[in-house]
Amino acid sequence: MIALLKRDLTLAVRAGGGFGLGLAFFLIVIVLVPFGVGPEAEVLARIAPGMLWVAALLAALLSLDRIFALDFEDGSLPLLATSPLPLEGVALMKGVAHWVTTGLPLTIAAPLLGFLLNLSPSAYLWLLGSLALGTPALSMIGTFGAAVTVGLKRGGLLMSLLVLPLYVPTLIFGSEAVRRGAGGFDATIPMLMVAGITLGCFALLPFAAAAALRVNLR
Amino acid sequence: MSIWEYANPKKFIATTTPLVPWLLWGAIAILTVGLIWGFFFTPDDVRQGSTVKIFYLHVPSAMMAINVWIMMLIASLVWLVRRHHVSALAAKAAAPIGIVMTLIALFTGAVWGQPMWGTWWAWDPRLTSFLILFLFYLGYTALWAAIEDPDTAADLTSVLCIVGSVFAVLSRYAVNFWNQGLHQPASLSLDKEENVADVFWYPALVCIAGFVLLFVALVLMRTASEIRLRRMRALEARMRS
Repeated sequence: MIALLKRDLTLAVRAGGGFGLGLAFFLIVIVLVPFGVGPEAEVLARIAPGMLWVAALLAALLSLDRIFALDFEDGSLPLLATSPLPLEGVALMKGVAHWVTTGLPLTIAAPLLGFLLNLSPSAYLWLLGSLALGTPALSMIGTFGAAVTVGLKRGGLLMSLLVLPLYVPTLIFGSEAVRRGAGGFDATIPMLMVAGITLGCFALLPFAAAAALRVNLR
Repeated sequence: MSIWEYANPKKFIATTTPLVPWLLWGAIAILTVGLIWGFFFTPDDVRQGSTVKIFYLHVPSAMMAINVWIMMLIASLVWLVRRHHVSALAAKAAAPIGIVMTLIALFTGAVWGQPMWGTWWAWDPRLTSFLILFLFYLGYTALWAAIEDPDTAADLTSVLCIVGSVFAVLSRYAVNFWNQGLHQPASLSLDKEENVADVFWYPALVCIAGFVLLFVALVLMRTASEIRLRRMRALEARMRS
């Protein structure tokens, strides 16, 4: 499993594009927001928690179809499926690799972009925490979506239709945590909910993703 | 004699075809009675006036929107466990009906909400969860449409339906947490204490029965036509080879 994770990370870094692309997309969306809603600082501060979360979510969505598509095309996915490692483990590691290459950079970059949107100072810790806890769930849900659509020729658009509704609970609790943080309240409850969703996704979705992969490899 | 005998497509069609007209006409008759009773023979509500009458369309369609998804979930599980094609096709046949039910519920809700709350749409937990349910239905039907191989499509949509059910329930409670709503609490539950008055309750029950019958009739019809469509495809494939 560790070897598979290393392989995926090496591929993501050396192939280029995939690694920085999500981050650049995140930056661009956040830069576009003030053009859309106007530069007033109070307005930006109010919408900052939600916009940061929505932008992070879209950036995570952007790189999902790479999770399995490349391996499917060059035939290494069937090899992985016949290896002694169970397919559930493969799906889990793919999700982890996706998180390390997109979720983690997004989490680290988010506070910097928070400055651009005039996020209130008390919210930074919660932003960092909720993204760190929530983006793994986004990656794992996305891995399931990618596993379902891997055999399709133009699966990208369909996958966003499948995956985005599944993102709703994570988004609600994640941005609520940041919003409460920005208002100076205690955000422990939404944070715990985000952590619960993430743990639940990691416990259950590898099985669903593996089932979908088995169907697609049949 | 077990229920699984009807998993044989031939037996399924032979049994359901004579039933469909009865179910369909029964549904039409019951709905006519229920709606006329509701619209013309119940008093206006004290506060809501005659707008309350849209209740007889809104509540049954909203219930069916959820029940159709539950039926799809059960049919998907049956397909995954027992590999009966009729089950997978029934789930496929039910999805567009679910979409229409969700749309009716959302639309009548908007028409009702306009005079009552002064707005067509509010980001209320129930409204929002219905919108999310609508998106789930869209994703499900889009996945069916996108995959050519019928068995692959049935498998993947079944897995999606199960995962989607978990997330739909999760969203339902997440939305509650996110916003407090305008929508009144459940008006029809088995706990009689919190129900609406009997005058409204009986015609509403009749309408719900009508919607259920209508749904059953439509699902049977659509499933039978899906089976026939698949037979035609098989025949075409055989003629080409």
